[in-house]
Amino acid sequence: MAKVVIKDSPYNLKRARILEVKTQTEKEKLFKLVFEDKTWLDFEPGQFIMVSLMGIGEIPVSVCSSPLNRHYFEICVRAVGKVTNSLHKLKAGDVIGVRGPYGNGFPIKLIEGHDLLIIAGGLGIAPLRSLILYAIDNRRDFGEIHILFGCKTPGELLFSDEIDEWSKRLDIHFACTVDRADPDWKGNVGLITSLIPGVDIDPIRTYAAVVGPPVMYKFVIKELLTKGLPVDQILLSFERHMKCGMGKCGRCQIQNLYCCKDGPVFTFKEIMDMAEAL
Amino acid sequence: MKIEQYRLIEKSRIKEFLNKLISIYNVVAPVEKGFNNFAFEQIRTADEVRLNYIPTILPPKKYFLPKKETILEFELGDELKVEPVTEYENLVLFGVHTCDIAGIKCLNMVLSDRPKDTAYLIRKKHITIIGIECNNYCDDYASCSFVGAHIPTTGYDLMFTELSEHFIVHVHSSKGMEIVEKTEMFKGADQNTIEELKILRNNKLKVFNNEIPTERRYIPDLFDRSFNATVWQELESKCLSCGNCTAVCPTCYCFDIKEDVELSLKRGERYRVWFSCQLDPFAKVAGGIDFRRERSARQRHRFYRKFRYHIDRYGMIFCTGCGRCSRTCMAGINLKEVLTSLIRESEAKIWRKWL
Repeated sequence: MAKVVIKDSPYNLKRARILEVKTQTEKEKLFKLVFEDKTWLDFEPGQFIMVSLMGIGEIPVSVCSSPLNRHYFEICVRAVGKVTNSLHKLKAGDVIGVRGPYGNGFPIKLIEGHDLLIIAGGLGIAPLRSLILYAIDNRRDFGEIHILFGCKTPGELLFSDEIDEWSKRLDIHFACTVDRADPDWKGNVGLITSLIPGVDIDPIRTYAAVVGPPVMYKFVIKELLTKGLPVDQILLSFERHMKCGMGKCGRCQIQNLYCCKDGPVFTFKEIMDMAEAL
Repeated sequence: MKIEQYRLIEKSRIKEFLNKLISIYNVVAPVEKGFNNFAFEQIRTADEVRLNYIPTILPPKKYFLPKKETILEFELGDELKVEPVTEYENLVLFGVHTCDIAGIKCLNMVLSDRPKDTAYLIRKKHITIIGIECNNYCDDYASCSFVGAHIPTTGYDLMFTELSEHFIVHVHSSKGMEIVEKTEMFKGADQNTIEELKILRNNKLKVFNNEIPTERRYIPDLFDRSFNATVWQELESKCLSCGNCTAVCPTCYCFDIKEDVELSLKRGERYRVWFSCQLDPFAKVAGGIDFRRERSARQRHRFYRKFRYHIDRYGMIFCTGCGRCSRTCMAGINLKEVLTSLIRESEAKIWRKWL
């Protein structure tokens, strides 16, 4: 048996240094990263990268910064498993391994020229933040921008400083809701679906981008269809357990689609007749 | 048929040929494991080799996509030190059936799709394939004629076909020619033996009958109409979810990626290891949602991956008709029977009824 080093292996990793760690909530932290070789992560909103901690494991994470930011990229990680919990223990200056970006992100060129309705549930705001920041950076190319954000409790509200800013902007319609309020909460209470009927949109010229926990999609889609959105203008990003990110390992397969390669962003039209998708 | 591409070797000299091959190359060939089981193993003498064998327990995919394969070596420490690696070996696979050659073709398709799997391609380059043609069925589990894998077409360096006194050998590549030249045991084919080969191939059309009561061209349509067929529910109560069918399948390539750290805590390796869509955690995501919780859904997924999904993606049926899944299934799930019940249930709905 001969062993060779294959530098062009698709599993090779790039060294990414942590510039800053920002605690978002009890469970989520935001990591600001930069490649050691000074290259730029060229990605589309909605794409994901594979993040490695050697000896612990590798996980898919969506990029949550603006694709136009050439100085650094960001990921928002919830501590749920082995890798994510270990990641939470890292500090600025530490180095992690990254490969990617992978998958198809939001079709931004198609969305441009239309109104944009962002619907985020919980951590679903992460990939959508990338789209929101892109839309803000290219504000003149988008019509009306609506952002609906829901999470379980006020304590789980991610990017709260940015949300303050978005809600104050004149060129963005922002609404937020929590499933369960606490005494200090002054906003809406209820599921994210309760915000949809009240949004003032022209369904024919609107693209909806929806990301949230799997259970959320069915109900949100129902509201959007009631609202009159065409099936190919409802964009969904799916969660699957991806291992390779390259359409090989089979873990993320949804019928004949690979979530990692054909997705993770799909139009509702692509998957509406597909069992095992939602 | 270009006569120059064919060589002959007397049947009585095949052992001599194998021993000569072993003296030059690392040779892997089918050996007997008892109870009518066979396996591809590296051989030391020609006596170990069985030319008449039913498909081996594991297909030759184990040499192309090893069960466990290191993909990265790393050092633990503050700085990230990783090295992507692969291991390969110069191997001659002798006695590969056409069904298994079809399986390798499927793997080639997937792993050379972009982004290319460099490790696979390196290993593939170092393997020489010597096929052996089946003149008869191995057993009743086979359905190679249905998928068209019973006649050698491509995917081998040398193909041995047994005639009355000789093996006629098709030299299909320069790698194959190298073996012919180095072993110095072959003579040129004459017109008579070429004729004999043609007659044999014609006879094979009678020996190998389509094993499934439909045709390959109706398969996409059949599966498009069978997603909710009752047979999947029958499999729900039968299947034990053991994953044997996928492990022995020559076209199953799904894997998991894991890593181990040495006891010194200084270095470790990341490896990929065969995995199966039949096993419980395969389609689970964070939060515990399982997108194929039912065994019926998992079995259906397996069948659709063989007969439907990959036709869209790669233009190929990912079943080679080798029959391993049916032979190995503890619950007696039989691929030919499942397809037959699908046909019985759904065929009436297919456009074929208008013919």
